[in-house]
Amino acid sequence: MDTFEPIIVAFCCHYCAYTAADMAGSMRLHYPPNVKIVRVPCSGKVDAIHIMKAFEKGADGVYVAGCLEGDCHFKNGNVKASRRVKYIKELLDEIGIGGERVEMVTMSAGMGPQFAKTAIEMTEKIRKLGPNPVKDMAAKRRRAVGQG
Amino acid sequence: MITAERKPLEEIIEYVRPFGKILLVGCNECVTVCSAGGRKEVGLLSSALQMAFMKEGKMLEIKEMTLERQCDPEYVEELSGHINQVDAVLSMACGCGVQEIAQRYREKPVFPAVNTKFMGASERQGVWSERCQGCGNCLLGLTGGICPVARCSKRLLNGPCGGSTKGKCEINPEIDCAWQLIWDRLKALGQEERYSDIIPAKDWRPSRDGGPRKIIREDLAS
Amino acid sequence: MKTESVLEKILAAGHLAVTSECGPPRGALPEKVKEKAEMLRGYVDAINVTDNQTAVVRMSSLSACILIKQLGLDPILQMVTRDRNRLAMQSDILGAYAHGINNMLCLSGDHPCFGDHPMAANVYDLDSMQLIQVVRKMRDEGRFQGGDEIENPPKMFIGAAANPFADPFELRAIRLAKKVKAGVDFIQTQCIYNIDKFGKWMKEICERGLNEKVSILAGITPLKSAGMANYMRNKVPGMDVPEELVKRMAGVPKKDQADEGIKICLETIEQLKTMEGIRGFHIMAIEWEQKVPEIVERAGLLPRPQV
Ligand code: SF4
Ligand code: SF4
Repeated sequence: MDTFEPIIVAFCCHYCAYTAADMAGSMRLHYPPNVKIVRVPCSGKVDAIHIMKAFEKGADGVYVAGCLEGDCHFKNGNVKASRRVKYIKELLDEIGIGGERVEMVTMSAGMGPQFAKTAIEMTEKIRKLGPNPVKDMAAKRRRAVGQG
Repeated sequence: MITAERKPLEEIIEYVRPFGKILLVGCNECVTVCSAGGRKEVGLLSSALQMAFMKEGKMLEIKEMTLERQCDPEYVEELSGHINQVDAVLSMACGCGVQEIAQRYREKPVFPAVNTKFMGASERQGVWSERCQGCGNCLLGLTGGICPVARCSKRLLNGPCGGSTKGKCEINPEIDCAWQLIWDRLKALGQEERYSDIIPAKDWRPSRDGGPRKIIREDLAS
Repeated sequence: MKTESVLEKILAAGHLAVTSECGPPRGALPEKVKEKAEMLRGYVDAINVTDNQTAVVRMSSLSACILIKQLGLDPILQMVTRDRNRLAMQSDILGAYAHGINNMLCLSGDHPCFGDHPMAANVYDLDSMQLIQVVRKMRDEGRFQGGDEIENPPKMFIGAAANPFADPFELRAIRLAKKVKAGVDFIQTQCIYNIDKFGKWMKEICERGLNEKVSILAGITPLKSAGMANYMRNKVPGMDVPEELVKRMAGVPKKDQADEGIKICLETIEQLKTMEGIRGFHIMAIEWEQKVPEIVERAGLLPRPQV
């Protein structure tokens, strides 16, 4: 499994993690290209279904990155997001995909190095877990739909 | 509202395992409000089920629909154009909705995806609790607006029992003692003397004990 | 006299009554019932027979009562409304009376979640208040709850429980008044450890004149150990064991704690004997039935009156 390169979707809040990612870039901090960033206006905007769809389409890991506690631009979007992540963890456990594939993290806009560190850690963790068990089927399904 | 909770996925998976294509039907009323079987939950369950089968190398095709009201034949009719294209129906409505589908589409298997729980109210975001058992002869006028049938663990009409402790029910310190609530409310209303009246043995016929119930409004019935 | 009950006669004659209880076995073991009852012969006026106490299945109260009656002793048929609906309860009352049983205790019972069948349906067709009304209607009007006439109506001396220590305290006396209104003849109280609080309740009962209308038997349970005192204090809903009492029990060496418990119980009886409104004692020695004769004797409640 040493050729396995996980695909990780990071839903990043515009006010913190997304800016932190920018900063990491300008600081020339290296972080793995496995992490695909999706910018969201607030981590609270990330719905459970978005996370599920990411896995359904073959992502190996997902994380939601929101502001530090108490710093949410919209009061408590980050708290809501972390509750949703917890719910999805249970759902993934129930269907045997594994709840540990999804995480909630928090950081501030100024934490460029933290962003890079999180991306590295998450990539390593998922690499160890191996591919999302529905990955192959997801690819097949995509092809089938493409042909149809 | 009628409250419900999703069944364990394992149980749902076993129901739909024999089928290749199913219709997953939510309802826009109560189960949407209590986040058990509205459009959102339909989407989540659909995704979870598909992944569960993909993991086994199997495809389950799911058509998602959410009806305005699944307990109403008028809306259930909307499924008629899709029903023949699927092998089975999985319903996220309360038991009434599931049965409406069973009645309308006699040859199509239908399975419940939620456990229908109780008639209740929302205490706060994400918390619902039981309020009424539909006993058919409401006593709230005698009990300060708090229902002893649904909210006393022993449905005592002349409580509290000897187990009431610091306002909580003997069966669980998380549950309020209904009779403490009733007494507090009677006091707040200045109706303490009400408590001295014995509520006589209840006629349970208007409740479930009289057999399945029906309401016929002659002025409306067609 | 409303009934043939010996207990009623003893109370009517102004004696302090003494009752105790016998929990039926968890098996079809008639000897066990007889053994426990025999132990009490001559020491008590009537024997309560519990009805699936703490929601655990046991031999039915009715059949154990019959066994006791056959020994020539006087049982009190306990009946909880948890397990049976009004049809079943009324038919049992007829059956009991047909066997010469003429005392009853009407209870709502512990919730099934406490017992060995927490998954059982929870009947509660009636509550204890309504059961009192039903038994009284059967006796005084000769009619079933549904209204039909009874041939040879059962004449039961009707008891109920009262817990002066449950919450809300302000309701406890009013609640007893309701039971009196429903038609209860005697009351057996929850075990008394907190005499001050009990005294307050009793005073209110007397001020309302309820002691004239109903005979109150004070509930007494000897503490066997400091552990039991602690358990009763912290774990049993509606039980009031003051801290001093737990301390007193814990303050004597383990081997002497049982004796201390009996001492406390005798002191309690002594204090209650002179309290206005007390008409007798209901001594429940939990898992310690053999101590009842000694307690009755040492409390000076012997010999039991013949009526
Ligand atoms: S008394 Fe009956 S109708 Fe009224 S709230 Fe209670 S269960 Fe519902
Ligand atoms: S404690 Fe209160 S709510 Fe619970 S069974 Fe007793 S009276 Fe009912």
